[in-house]
Amino acid sequence: MADEEISILIGGEAGAGISAAGFSLGKVFMRGGLHVFGTVDYPSLIRGGHNFYMVRAGQDLVYNHWDNHDLIIALDANTIQRHWKELKQGGGIIYDSDEIATDSTDLPKDVKNLFPVPLKTIVKEVKGRPVVRNTVALGAAIGILGYNIEILEDILQEIFTDKGDKVVAMNVNAARAGYDYTKEHYSKKLAYQLQPSKKVQKNRILLTGNEAIALGAIAAGCKFYAAYPMTPASPLLHFLIAQAERFGIVTVQTESEIAAINMAVGASYAGVRTMTGTSGGGFCLMTEALSMAGMVETPLVLMLAQRTGPSTGLPTYTAQSDLRFAIHASHGEFPRVVIAPGDVNECFEFTIDAFNLADEFQIPIILLTDKHLLESHASTQPFSIEKLVINRGKLLPMTPYSDKEPYHRHRLTEDGISPRLIPGTPGALTHSDSAVHKESGFHGDRCSIATEMADKRYRKVPKLLKRLEKKPCTKIYGPKKADVTLVGWGSTKGVALEALRLLDKDNIKANFLQVIYLTPFPAEAVKAGLNDQNPILVEGNQTAQLGSLIKEHTSIELTKRILRYDGRGFNPLQLTRRIKEEI
Amino acid sequence: MEPPTRINLKTDETNTWCPGCGNFGVLRALQSAIVDLGIQREQVMLVTGIGCHGKMYNYVNVNGFHGIHGRVLPVMTGIKLTNHDLTIIGHAGDGDQYDEGLGHFPHAARRNVDVKLFTHNNKVYGLTTGQTSPTSTQGYVSKTTPHGAFPPRIEPLKIALASNASFVARGWVGDVDHLKELMKAAIQHKGFALVDILQVCITFNRVQDYQFYRDRVYKLEEQGHDSSDYYAAMQRADEWGDNIPIGIFYQETRPVYRTSLPQIEKTPLVKQPLKLKEFSKTLQELA
Repeated sequence: MADEEISILIGGEAGAGISAAGFSLGKVFMRGGLHVFGTVDYPSLIRGGHNFYMVRAGQDLVYNHWDNHDLIIALDANTIQRHWKELKQGGGIIYDSDEIATDSTDLPKDVKNLFPVPLKTIVKEVKGRPVVRNTVALGAAIGILGYNIEILEDILQEIFTDKGDKVVAMNVNAARAGYDYTKEHYSKKLAYQLQPSKKVQKNRILLTGNEAIALGAIAAGCKFYAAYPMTPASPLLHFLIAQAERFGIVTVQTESEIAAINMAVGASYAGVRTMTGTSGGGFCLMTEALSMAGMVETPLVLMLAQRTGPSTGLPTYTAQSDLRFAIHASHGEFPRVVIAPGDVNECFEFTIDAFNLADEFQIPIILLTDKHLLESHASTQPFSIEKLVINRGKLLPMTPYSDKEPYHRHRLTEDGISPRLIPGTPGALTHSDSAVHKESGFHGDRCSIATEMADKRYRKVPKLLKRLEKKPCTKIYGPKKADVTLVGWGSTKGVALEALRLLDKDNIKANFLQVIYLTPFPAEAVKAGLNDQNPILVEGNQTAQLGSLIKEHTSIELTKRILRYDGRGFNPLQLTRRIKEEI
Repeated sequence: MEPPTRINLKTDETNTWCPGCGNFGVLRALQSAIVDLGIQREQVMLVTGIGCHGKMYNYVNVNGFHGIHGRVLPVMTGIKLTNHDLTIIGHAGDGDQYDEGLGHFPHAARRNVDVKLFTHNNKVYGLTTGQTSPTSTQGYVSKTTPHGAFPPRIEPLKIALASNASFVARGWVGDVDHLKELMKAAIQHKGFALVDILQVCITFNRVQDYQFYRDRVYKLEEQGHDSSDYYAAMQRADEWGDNIPIGIFYQETRPVYRTSLPQIEKTPLVKQPLKLKEFSKTLQELA
């Protein structure tokens, strides 16, 4: 009998291929027709330490990893030591009996379902290199779950095909040997058995938030991406570099974040859609040029990947503590949009919208994300570009300029948005100045000019607000009328949706208000969503930053707050317990 | 647009440099270089930083971008990689490029992006009213170094050479024709080109004034300097004192950065259409 869902944790030292193994397991489940969510937990080091990957798969949608697990796969003793308490009732542990003596851990003697597998010995038997130990473990896990080994073999074939038949064979043999071992010794010993499902469409994709944003950028026609490596934004750079030639994109790894954003503004000024990405510390360095982008009215999309701060903080762990920073960063005043997608689908959709908004309003757009969203894998339907809309706003074509009026880059217009000429267009010149400038773009320091230009930039806002009315700036999940309303933003969406299901099981009528567009703040929609219901704020920071924004814009104070800021993000059961305490 | 002339390269903006400022010589040299080379004004992009030099932006009627302090090079790089048909000329100051923007300098040089950097090196901060600059000579007295500048000066030519710049030159504003020829050579060079310009701040630098340079500068080409000889260039770059060399120190032919990017081998990025034919292929790779 198949269970509806399963949670598995695989752990070991950094360098043991934990993340790759967890991801492959997720793919195996997805190909078998299950919904998948996988997340990696790793400290900031390259070898040693403790990494673990949690993969959850189910016949219903899964939005987040789970608190406890049906199966733990331990490549080292540390994994047992740290995680045995997270075993579900009846859950089991696969461990490398060549490497681990369970009595060296705190594992109680009465824990059943221990599945020792001599991973190292099996590696030797199949003449594998030491690195395939994780592959043997995957095969062993699939044997214990009674799942389909052929799917894993296909995936290994695809992953290693570039490395030649020998490497493919070594991995396939390793997986098969692990599978055979557990089939022989532990068949159906684990209560949780998992079958491929026919309910869910099979041609789905499994990807991270970084990859979904990259795909959104590609679809939107982003042609230039410049960035300096910084966790957890680096994979966006990696993915775009890998796709650059296919889609005609120039990607530059720069000498600093300052260089990255200045290059991006330069490229945008020269006429293409442009993006840069970084995390908090890098964004600090970018703020001077962000202000420049606002002043010269040059479109820019910036992906800000939150991680635990302040300062170096926990570089590889998640947070939601840069909301106020994203909204207020930089000197002076200029309009901007801050968007916080909550899952991979929203990453794709809102990245495309970010590029349109940037062009339509000639302002910087910040995509506010975090490690949990960017580096966790989620399965979803392949993104469609059939209904793709690209709006480049008042960008002029590069055909000879023939207007009777001389071209002025910062012409004062009714809606505050001026036609944008690409340098190199025959018949006209364009000028943009980071200093206060006249319509022509040349410097002017009369006080009337400073006021006129500031007013011009802010004349865009009413039109922007109108434009955003068409967008779901907030979303409500669950019943419209509820006894309790969870309020959150960004990647907290996943765990909030899980909590709704758990609350529903306990007959608690709850819904979730997700705030997506955070600047300009959708005050009316938030007010309507709160609707005098019993609201509980759920945020990944210490100071309830969304709460303070809600207070600022609606005068409503959310006194019930569940805040977590240790870098780990919420778990569904834990969050639900906290919610019940607050009710 | 009609071909460039000394007249149409002028703007209507009021010039606010001090009377006698060395920047007038740089401005004249640049306008003459563009006229001599006959580059269409629409095809020229001028990028400037923050400082007295930055006002050049207002006085040369080509496309322009006046950015923030120290960032001329990355802005130019972004523009060049987007539209390599443009001739991209950056003007920076000594504080702008060699203090605030120093971090970009060796990287632009080693990347060999085809952009031109003309630095107005007057060895003092002008627009902030006379503080010591990174190129101020040791012992230079200003309000920020009342007992004289302690550290040795930054030597831009040596940094450029050490960073594998493919064109390294020095000019001076007292010889506008010579400076113009250096600018022309730099613009025609395929790759990153530095012309460090000994400029004169008549208001704040009373040490390196017109007379100081007039007494000391000599032309490398008159001394039989071989600009393809890297070590000779380094040696000449080390000269500072009674004799100060100007001219082309070093020039080599090296592939420009763009040749490492097949996606812009021919058509500039800005002229390329949206390419989404293989979008589903990328999606399949994630299945």
